[in-house]
Amino acid sequence: MACIEARGLRRAFGKTLALDGVDLRVEEGRILGLIGPNGAGKSTALNAMLGLTQYQGELKVLGKDPWTQRDALMRDVCFIADVAVLPRWMRVNQALDYVAGVHPRFDRARAEGFLARTDIKRTSKVRELSKGMVTQLHLALVMAIDARLLVLDEPTLGLDILYRKQFYDTLLNDYFDHSRTIIVTTHQVEEIEHILTDLAFIDHGRIVLDGSMEDLAARYFEVMVNPDQVLAARAFKPLKERQVFGRSIMLFDHLTREQLAPLGEVHTPSIADLFVAVIGGQQANRPGAVA
Amino acid sequence: MSSPSETVPTTPFGTPASAARTTSTRPFYWSVRRELWEHRSVYIAPLVAAGVVLFGVTISAIRLGHHLTDLPHFDPAQDGGALSLPFDFAAIPVMLTALIVAIFYCMGALHNERRDRSILFWKSLPVSDLNAVLAKAFVPMVVLPVVTFVIVCALHLFMLLIGTAAFLAHGLDPSPFWTGVPWLQVEITLIYSLVTLSLWYAPIYGWLLLVSAWAKRAPFLWAVFPPLALCLLEKIAFDTSNLWSLLTYRLHGGLSEAFDVSDAHVGHAMRSLPRIDLAQFLSTPGLWVGLVFAAGFAAAAVWMRRYREPT
Repeated sequence: MACIEARGLRRAFGKTLALDGVDLRVEEGRILGLIGPNGAGKSTALNAMLGLTQYQGELKVLGKDPWTQRDALMRDVCFIADVAVLPRWMRVNQALDYVAGVHPRFDRARAEGFLARTDIKRTSKVRELSKGMVTQLHLALVMAIDARLLVLDEPTLGLDILYRKQFYDTLLNDYFDHSRTIIVTTHQVEEIEHILTDLAFIDHGRIVLDGSMEDLAARYFEVMVNPDQVLAARAFKPLKERQVFGRSIMLFDHLTREQLAPLGEVHTPSIADLFVAVIGGQQANRPGAVA
Repeated sequence: MSSPSETVPTTPFGTPASAARTTSTRPFYWSVRRELWEHRSVYIAPLVAAGVVLFGVTISAIRLGHHLTDLPHFDPAQDGGALSLPFDFAAIPVMLTALIVAIFYCMGALHNERRDRSILFWKSLPVSDLNAVLAKAFVPMVVLPVVTFVIVCALHLFMLLIGTAAFLAHGLDPSPFWTGVPWLQVEITLIYSLVTLSLWYAPIYGWLLLVSAWAKRAPFLWAVFPPLALCLLEKIAFDTSNLWSLLTYRLHGGLSEAFDVSDAHVGHAMRSLPRIDLAQFLSTPGLWVGLVFAAGFAAAAVWMRRYREPT
């Protein structure tokens, strides 16, 4: 069964279409990166999946309609909607007690184990913790919940690189077990690149590209073109061309490695480069889309 | 109010490991507890009020002692009623404090969680919006009256000890305190007042919770000014003040409906306990209409929390 199945998902705020016919299918056991520029509809899409916003179209999460069956769905779904949404007055101990008291699939010992690796004191209030520690605490709570779907919306925004790296390492090493599904949105794509199994680009409320990382790696190639091959390379109509140290780097779609090898050094593009090529190509005048 | 107990799924979808880790939960209980963690004023404010009363009583006992020794004839049989008077009145500041706490609690209950965005945390857990709102209504309706009762009982006990000590210190017989004051009746009247007031004010709490769930900012203004504006409108347009009398009746009508304050007893009102009149209270349409409104407001608050976009 697909973990998430969306067809023609639409959501309008006034005259603005936040979602304009999203089609997306995520199988169980995948880690999907949902990447898009600001205002592309990422959060609206996630909110729809979490039953936090109304929508038109078809949407099933773990076989349930998130809008009408939200209460039942929340036993199997967990999310970190944003950094620092933990109540500031709460003590770490109280957070553990509360989640243990209300969540049938919370393993308190596991959460305590995660916390033991941090500098977080049990008696501290959330407001006394640094932003990084609040995220660690939230992650410890969430990872101790045996959920089938975990949704992370910009979970590391505003954290320094050490916390960010630790966040994703912990998630991958201690949580992901190939039966759970994780959906994550972030602007720091390069940092989650290595943990993703699937990728979807969203822009103007539509999915403009999606597929598994293997499929994308077989479809897109980046070539550092030899200076004498530039014109020949351009004849293949690259999706995007950029200059690095005086060399042309071109990104090609639907060409094989064998076709491209004579042109120069072939490798798999990074998500950031792919993003710029796919989304930046459509809206060349929007600067810093992946910032 | 019963806890909507969450049934633990017996056949979880997950791996057997997840089945083993599934534990029973009590969402309502923990929702109420978390309210009390956040709002410690629920018990601290009435305690402070009781402390102030106790302090005043102590000073007055010292002063009263001097007067009593001057009295040539102190007849416990006749003056016992006067002795019980402070005990009745001691409850009032505590109850009033609890009422103020309840009002401010309700106005913030569903507003603060949206303002600090912690609603996104609460809503990430399997606690339904119905459960969350009922737990919040439970605080002013049940927790505060119970807290008030316990604190007032303790206050009475301390006052009794102080009074006894003051009498003994001046060589007077303290037994009127123990025999002259109808203790059981005092405490029953207290419980009865707390229960009837809780039911009577239910629509107010419901309204405040609804405004708290709805208002983007300044729930206090939204709670107070629209009703006042409607009163003013009615006065200007029709030169009547039905809404105004309805609202003021809601504010002060609870006790007058719950107790027999007919002429026959008014003379005694200051000397004896008010007479409980449960039949009159239960047959007051205002009670039932109020409860219907309370349920409607609460349902609207649940709907708001459930279907409104958390921003």
